[in-house]
Amino acid sequence: MNPVPDIFRILPEVILTVTGVAVMLIDASLPPDWARRPLGWVAALGTTLALWASLWQLSLPVGTGFYSTIETSPFTVFFHVLICGIVLVALLLSLDTLPEDSHHQGEFYALIVFGAVGMCLLTGAVELLLVFIALEISSISTYILAGYRKDTPRGPEAAIKYFLLGSFATGFLLYGIALAFGATGTTQIYEIARLAPTAENHGLVLAALALMLVGILFKVSAAPFHVWTPDVYEGSPSPVVALMSTAPKAAAFALLLRVLYEMFPSLHATWTPLLWVVAVLSMTVGNLAALRQENVKRMMAYSSIAHAGYLLAAFAGFGSSGIAAASFYTAAYAAMNVGIFAVITVASGYDEKRPLVNDFRGLIYRSPLLGSLLIFFLVSLVGIPFTGGFFGKFYSFTAAVGGGAIWLALIGLLNSGLAAAYYLRLALAAAQHQTAKEAKDAGPTPQVGIAVGAALLLAVAATLILGIVPGEVLRAAEAGAHVLEAPPVQTTVLVGPVLSPPAP
Amino acid sequence: MNEINQSILTLILLVPLAGAVLVALAPDRFKLPNWIALLTALVAFGLTLHLPAHFLLGRGGFQFEVNRPWIENPVIHYHVGVDGLSLWLVVLTGLLAPIGIVASWNAIKERRKVFYSLFLVQQTAMFGVFISLDLMVYYGFWELSLVPMAILIAMYGRKDGPKAAMKFFLFTFIPSAPLLVALIWLYIQTGSFDFTTLQILIAHGSFPAGAIYWVALAFLFAFAVKVPVFPLHGWVADTFSEAPVALAMVVAGKLGLYSMLRFHIGLFPEQARAVAPWVIGLAVVGILYGACLALVQRDFWRLMAFAALSHLSLITLAIYGMTLTGWDGAVYQILNHAVVDGALFILLGALYDQYATSQINAYGGLAAKLPRTATLFVISALAMIGLPMLGGFVGEFMILSSTFSGVSKSWTVAAALGVILGAAYMLWLVQRLFYGPESQMATSKPPHDLKVGQLVVLWPLAVLMLVMGLAPSLWLASIQTGVHPPQSRIPNLSPQSVLSISSLGEAQR
Repeated sequence: MNPVPDIFRILPEVILTVTGVAVMLIDASLPPDWARRPLGWVAALGTTLALWASLWQLSLPVGTGFYSTIETSPFTVFFHVLICGIVLVALLLSLDTLPEDSHHQGEFYALIVFGAVGMCLLTGAVELLLVFIALEISSISTYILAGYRKDTPRGPEAAIKYFLLGSFATGFLLYGIALAFGATGTTQIYEIARLAPTAENHGLVLAALALMLVGILFKVSAAPFHVWTPDVYEGSPSPVVALMSTAPKAAAFALLLRVLYEMFPSLHATWTPLLWVVAVLSMTVGNLAALRQENVKRMMAYSSIAHAGYLLAAFAGFGSSGIAAASFYTAAYAAMNVGIFAVITVASGYDEKRPLVNDFRGLIYRSPLLGSLLIFFLVSLVGIPFTGGFFGKFYSFTAAVGGGAIWLALIGLLNSGLAAAYYLRLALAAAQHQTAKEAKDAGPTPQVGIAVGAALLLAVAATLILGIVPGEVLRAAEAGAHVLEAPPVQTTVLVGPVLSPPAP
Repeated sequence: MNEINQSILTLILLVPLAGAVLVALAPDRFKLPNWIALLTALVAFGLTLHLPAHFLLGRGGFQFEVNRPWIENPVIHYHVGVDGLSLWLVVLTGLLAPIGIVASWNAIKERRKVFYSLFLVQQTAMFGVFISLDLMVYYGFWELSLVPMAILIAMYGRKDGPKAAMKFFLFTFIPSAPLLVALIWLYIQTGSFDFTTLQILIAHGSFPAGAIYWVALAFLFAFAVKVPVFPLHGWVADTFSEAPVALAMVVAGKLGLYSMLRFHIGLFPEQARAVAPWVIGLAVVGILYGACLALVQRDFWRLMAFAALSHLSLITLAIYGMTLTGWDGAVYQILNHAVVDGALFILLGALYDQYATSQINAYGGLAAKLPRTATLFVISALAMIGLPMLGGFVGEFMILSSTFSGVSKSWTVAAALGVILGAAYMLWLVQRLFYGPESQMATSKPPHDLKVGQLVVLWPLAVLMLVMGLAPSLWLASIQTGVHPPQSRIPNLSPQSVLSISSLGEAQR
C-alpha cells in the first residue's frame, strides 16, 4: 500500500490553487477604489510557500498518487522548484512595473498563479490525460496574459496568434495521445513504456511519438515550430514574456524528457536523429534571424529559439547524462532569461515606447545598475565562463559529445559564436555614449524598486551560482535523471530509497 | 612561509577581483576609483614578486601548486601553479597593471568606476590564464579575459569603439568554439581536464591518431587568432586604434604565445611538430607583411598594430622552430616586447591626449618642445629595434641564431629582413614625430611634456629595458627550467601506472 496520502503528492499545486482562488476572491470583494498591488504580494507569498512545499516533497518516498496519475520524485521537485522560482521572480517584477491604475490587476496575479498550477502539474503528471489537462491549464492562462495590454494593437494580435497556433499544437499532442492509447490500450506513461516495445502495430507507436513531438516542440518554440514566438513576445507585456519564455518552456522540456526517456526509450534510435535535426535547425534559424532584429524583444525571441536548440543538443547524450544536462540547461537558461527580461522591463517601461536596440544606447550612463546587469545577463547568454550560461552549454554539449555527436557540438558552439554578435550589439549599445539629443529623448531614468530589486537579485544570484558552484544543482538534476531513467516498474510501488545519491 | 607559498597564487587571483568589487562599491569622488585600483594593482604586483623570490631554480615542474576539487562532475579541479615558463609572465602582468592605471589616470574622465573595476577583472583573468593547470579553469579565464576588454574598447574607443570591440570579440570568441569541443572530446576520452595527466596520457599515445591531430589543430587555431598569426590578424589594427592605452598594452601577444607553448606544444608535441613547418611559413609571411604594412601607415596606432604583428610573428617563428634556445628566446622576447610596447603606448597615448590626432604627418619637430617625451620615445624605439645593450637585442638574437642553426637558413634571412624593416619604420616614425620642421599643430598648441606620474612609470621601464639587455641571465635562468622539452619532464611511466592515473580520474567521477 502507498503510505503517503495522495494530497501530499500535489501539495504545491494545492497551495498555488488556493492562492489563486484567494487572490481572485479578495480582488472581487475589495472596494473598487482600493489599490490592488498587495494582491501581488499575496500571490508571491503563496508561490514561495509552494516552493517550500516542493522542497519538502523530497522527504516523501518516490512514488505516485491518485491512481498512479501523478509522481513525486527528485525529477518533479527539480522542475517544481524551478517553475515556482520563475513565477516568483515574474510576480515581483510585475509588482513594480504594472501601472497602478490598470484594472484587472488582481486577475493578472491570479492568472500567473493558475498558470503555475498547470506547469507544476505538467512536470509531475505520469498519465497522458492529466498531461493534457495540465498543459491546457498552463496554456490558457498564458494566452490571456499574452493579450493583457488590450489597448495596444499588438496585444490582442499576440494573444490570438498564440491561442490559435497553440490550440493547433495541443491538437497534435492530443492526437498523439489518442494514437498511443490505440497502440497500447493505456494512457499511463509507465504502462505505455512497458507495452510500446511489444505493441503489435509499430507504425501507430511511431505516429504517436511524431505527433506528440510536434505538440511539445511547439511549446518549447523549437524550429520549425517557432513562428509564433517573435510576434507573441513583441506584443506581450515584458513581465509576461519573462514568465512565458521560461516557465512554460521548462515545463514543456520536462514533459519532453518524460515522453522521450521514460515513455519511448525503446524508440531512442528513432528520435535521436529527429532531435539532432531540430536542434541544429533551431540554433541556426534562431541565431540567423536574431542577427537582423532591431526590436529587442523580437531579438530575444529568436535568441530563445536558439537556446531551445542548444538544449535539445543534450538529447543526443546517453541516458542520464542527457537528462541531467537538459534539466540543468533549463535552469540556467531560465535564470538568465528571466534576468534579462527583468532588465528590459524596467528599462523600457510597461508601455514600451522605446523598444529598439538603439533605444538602449547609453543605458549604463543613465542607470549604471541596469546597464551593468543588462551586460551581465547578455554575457551569460553568450556563454562566458563563470556564468550559468556557460555551464549550461558546457553540460549540454558534453552530453552530445559523450553520445557521439561531435558535429552537433561543433555546430552548436559555432552557433554560439554567431549569437555573440547580436548579444554584443545590445551590450555594446548599452555601453555606448548617447548623443545629447538621444539623452533628451530618452526620458526619465528608470528606477529600480524594492520588488524589482529583489527579482533582479534572485536572477543574478542564480546565474552566478549556476556559473561558479553548479555542483548542487547538477546533483539535483542527476538525481532527477536517475528517476526518469530507471526502468519502468509497476505503478504505485516505491521506486527506491528516498533521494538515493547518484550512483558513481 | 610554506603557507604563503600555498596560497600566494590564489591571493594573486583574488586581490584584483576584490579591488574590482571595492571600486564598484566606492563612490566616484576625489579620484577614489583611481586610487583604489592603483593600490590594488600595486599589492597584486607585490604579491607576484613573491614568486621569483621563492622560486626554486633546481626543481623542475610546477611550484606554488594548489590542487583542490572544485566541481565533481565533470571533474574540474582548481589546479594552479607556475613553472619557469609562466613565472615571469605572471610578474609581467602584475607590473603592467599599475603602469596601465597610471597611464589612464587623466585620460579616463567618466565612468571611472566601470573602467577601473573592469580593468581589474581583466587583470584577474590574465593571471588566471597564466597559472591555471586545469584545462577547464584555463578555458574559463581565457574566455573571461575577452569580456572586460570588449566592453572597455566599446566604451572608451576613440572613434568607433563598438565596431572595433565587436570585431575583437568575434575574432577571438568564435575560434574558441572548436577549442571547447576539443577540450570536451579530450575529457570524454580521459575523464580528466588536468594538464599533467593529459600530458602523460597523450604522450603515451592512447588516442586515435587522426582525431588527436584535429584536437591539436583546434588548440592551435584558437591561440593563433589571439597572437595573432597571419592571416588571422584582421582584428589587430582596429583594436589597437580604439583600445584605451592601458588595454592596448596587453591585448595582443602574450596570452596566445604562452598558450601555444604550454598547451599546444606542451600537450601535443608530435602534432605540433607536424604542423610546425606551416606555422613557420605563416610566421615569416607575418613578419614581412607586418613590417611592410607598418612602413606605409599614416596613423601611429595602426603602425603599432602592424609592428606588433611583425614582432609577434617573430616570436611565433621561434616557438615553432622547436629548439630550446628558440623557446628561451621566445619567452624572453615576450617579456621584452610587452615592456617596450607598454612604454611606447603610454608615450603615444600622451601625444594623442594632447593633440587629439594619431595622424603621423600632423606631427613633426616636437623634440625641442617635448624633450622628455622624445628621449624616452627614442630609447623605447631603439629597444624595440633590437639595439645591443637593450632588451630587444637579446631576444631577437636568440631567436634568429636558433632559427639559423636549428631550422633553416633561408627562413632566418627572411626573418632578419623583417627585423631590418622594423628598424626602418620605427626610426622613420621617430623622425616624423619628433624631428624635422615644426608642424603647424606643434606650433599652435602649447606643449605639455610628461608629468611626474608618467615619468615615474616610464623611467623604470626604460631602466628595465637596459637591465634586460645587460643581464638577461637574471630571467633566463628560471625561464630555462620551464622550457625543457615536454617529454623530458614526464617521468618514465609504465602503462600500468598510466592506467592507474586514468582510473583515478574515473574514480573521482
